[in-house]
Amino acid sequence: MTISMSLVLRTATRLIMPLLLVFSVYMLLRGHDKPGGGFIAGLMAGTAFALYAVAYGTEAMARLLRLDPHTLIGGGLLITLLGGVPALFLGEAFLTGLWWTFYIGEVAVKLSTVLIFDIGVYLVVLGVASTVVLVLAEET
Amino acid sequence: MLIAVLSGFVLAVAAPWVRQYTGRYSGWVIGLLPAGLTAYFASHIPLIAAGETLRVVHPWVPGLDIQLSFYMDGLSLLFALLISGIGTFIFIYAGSYMNKRPDLGRFYVYLLMFMASMLGLVLADNLIALFVFWELTSVSSYLLIGIDHKSETARKSALQALLVTAGGGLALLAGFILLAAAGGSFEISELLSRGDVVREHGLYLGILILVLIGCFTKSAQVPFHFWLPSAMAAPTPVSAYLHSATMVKAGVFLLARLFPVLSGTLVWSVVVPLFGAATMLTGIILAMRQTDLKLILAYTTVAALGTLTLMLGIGTELAVKAAIVFLVVHSLYKGALFLVAGSVDHGTGTRDITVLGGHAKALPITFAAAALAGLSMAGIPPLLGFLGKEMLYEAAAHADWLFYAVLFTLAVVISGMLHVAVAAIVSLRPFIGQGQDTPVTPHEAPFAMWLGPLTLASLGLVFGLLPAMAGDALLVPAMGAVYGVPIDYQLTLWHGFNWILMLSLLTLLAGVFVYRSRERIRARLTDADPWINRGPEYGYFRALDFLNWGAQWQTRFFQNGYLGNYLRILIASTVVLVGGTFLLKDNLSLAWQSGSGMRFYEVVVAVLMLAAAILAVERPSRLSSIAALGITGYSVALIYVLFSAPDLALTQILVETLTVLLFVLIFYRLPRFQTLSPPSARRRDALFAVSMGGLVTVLMLAAMDARIAVPISEYHIAASEPLAFGRNIVNVILVDFRALDTLGEIVVLVLAAVGVYALMKLYPPKSEGQ
Repeated sequence: MTISMSLVLRTATRLIMPLLLVFSVYMLLRGHDKPGGGFIAGLMAGTAFALYAVAYGTEAMARLLRLDPHTLIGGGLLITLLGGVPALFLGEAFLTGLWWTFYIGEVAVKLSTVLIFDIGVYLVVLGVASTVVLVLAEET
Repeated sequence: MLIAVLSGFVLAVAAPWVRQYTGRYSGWVIGLLPAGLTAYFASHIPLIAAGETLRVVHPWVPGLDIQLSFYMDGLSLLFALLISGIGTFIFIYAGSYMNKRPDLGRFYVYLLMFMASMLGLVLADNLIALFVFWELTSVSSYLLIGIDHKSETARKSALQALLVTAGGGLALLAGFILLAAAGGSFEISELLSRGDVVREHGLYLGILILVLIGCFTKSAQVPFHFWLPSAMAAPTPVSAYLHSATMVKAGVFLLARLFPVLSGTLVWSVVVPLFGAATMLTGIILAMRQTDLKLILAYTTVAALGTLTLMLGIGTELAVKAAIVFLVVHSLYKGALFLVAGSVDHGTGTRDITVLGGHAKALPITFAAAALAGLSMAGIPPLLGFLGKEMLYEAAAHADWLFYAVLFTLAVVISGMLHVAVAAIVSLRPFIGQGQDTPVTPHEAPFAMWLGPLTLASLGLVFGLLPAMAGDALLVPAMGAVYGVPIDYQLTLWHGFNWILMLSLLTLLAGVFVYRSRERIRARLTDADPWINRGPEYGYFRALDFLNWGAQWQTRFFQNGYLGNYLRILIASTVVLVGGTFLLKDNLSLAWQSGSGMRFYEVVVAVLMLAAAILAVERPSRLSSIAALGITGYSVALIYVLFSAPDLALTQILVETLTVLLFVLIFYRLPRFQTLSPPSARRRDALFAVSMGGLVTVLMLAAMDARIAVPISEYHIAASEPLAFGRNIVNVILVDFRALDTLGEIVVLVLAAVGVYALMKLYPPKSEGQ
């Protein structure tokens, strides 16, 4: 797939892409309480990269992604599994959520194995989406 | 006892490393385990001989009444000793016999796996556990027969053995489940005391037939006997161990194990001995036809298994005693003879008895072992084989009905005569007289390779001279365990000067006569080859061909490579199965609340979706069709928003966007859009599409009124914050309540990505593609 000739698309992508990525991370982190979550955020990030591929070509997209999508998929799956393991040490069932809350000043920060799990989901979805985009868009 | 059984599996994992680090002593090192196990089991002899039994229970699948329970009585102890004792010599022998082969490590893995499974089989108390071990022995036998996986014969024989024994295993599983239903327990030790209940149960006939199929396939009874000679493709130590001394006896073991539960009925006493006698005669007659040492031995093994089945079928106290004694006799001499055959092969390079002859000088120790084992096989005093044969004759002559008594005595005597001849062929012929030149200059086998056969053969002599040694401690408790009531019995070699002894003498003389005319008999049998070749094995191959043909036909029909066809099959089966169920079980009412509570903007969205859907079908260009599809997708998202499901709406919008993007990317690869299918095909496809859509519509309407329980969402709403510390229920369900489902779903996602990758990136080699 050749680089898009549309100046509008390329300029807009350059502006929108970082916003989409940041927003996807925001969606990931707030997901437990408000609309969002790993799956949605992963799709969003995947769409952002797909947009970049349409505007600048797959090679540029692969460079921007840095990691091989296959690594993302494998790593993501591993992280989801790791998110389930700590509960085993406490004698709970696999994938039971564990929470730690601590305060930075007035702000309560909630960390959990559930978040680890969700980050894994995010990476897997992003990896799958970019694999498909890369494979389909690549010149043969 | 659990450790004893499982230790083989544990060592199997480490076996390749053991082989690597101990080199040519690997057989001795690995042989330590079976030797240790033999000692362990032997330490239980006094306890069992005193009439005690031992039971150990470990929970396994408690919900299904399945336990890893072990039960040791006379019968299981006897088998455990045979397995671990003979196993010790087999490992030592194999370490030397197969020393040069690179796959010896793998061989040890399979053989250890087999030994552990076989021990589990004979010691298991739970029927399901027994079945699992039973199938494990079939699997390890498959791997061992096929160890030369580059040879097609080996692969074919391995598959044949697996299909026959594992197929019988399935019947056995069904039989076990019925048996447990009839007897009220999965534990053999409990079933043993409930024989009357089982025998009078309505399911008895079904149980008996299924269990017999399992036992007969495993123990190579007619008409399933053909897999055992084929299994001789395995290396000789395997043939000696699995296919003569232990695994093939599993079927006989099970018959003996369940003897107190299933035997004593008319069906049993009529059917079982007939199969046994037929197998015995078939085996020993076909053995005369062969010229390969291993094949001769294989057919005599079939005959021996038939003899055991015959004895258990006759089922009198005399017959049970004879069965147990003959079992030990056979394990000792047949194990020894197989190993001798391996040593002869190793020392001369051939196993053909028409070539072999006069090697007694070159292989003196092997000859000694062969002679001892052969004498026992022929039933000549003072070896244990003589005692075994006398007991067989006596038991056959005292069968319950006069007709059977005459028939079986005749059968056993004929089999005895042929056994004498075959024993001479395999244990004398290679060593005396004249032979032809052999591929290898004859030389004696190394120590590791004559230790086993000589020990096993000598045991036949020792037990023959001192029958009480093995008898009181081991054999009599086993007889009692099979018969169901303790047996008080003294084994003696000399049964007095009676007509049984006359029969023995007659057998011997006739046997010598048969041996002298062996060439003529073999020629006659060779003439009958075309007739023999249309036997059960022919049927097996025809059945296999039919299966392959069927599989090919259905693959061609369902997966012909046209995407449209796949879709039609999927849709048609969904519509027929789901719609059919819906029509047949018409207790679902369609709730059509006409327009009630429909708001203006909902109607707008619905109309928009309909219009876009029609547009997507009608447009003659791909891009506009996709755009139209996108409109329906976004409209669905709008509906989610209207019904306040922001998470779903977000997901829908993102998926829709990504889908449109991907479609656009794919267009680069597709040819120009054309209408290729004729109108009739289009009408047919329309019918499929409309029926699927109609089905889904009807289902949705039915689902609105089908609620019979409180929705689970109530629980999720209530529990989300206190239990999972989250206020977004959708996400809490995804990552906490149903996290395992999510894990499964992302794995599916990954598989889909792998699928896309494989489709686009991996091309078949040019020669195979169109």
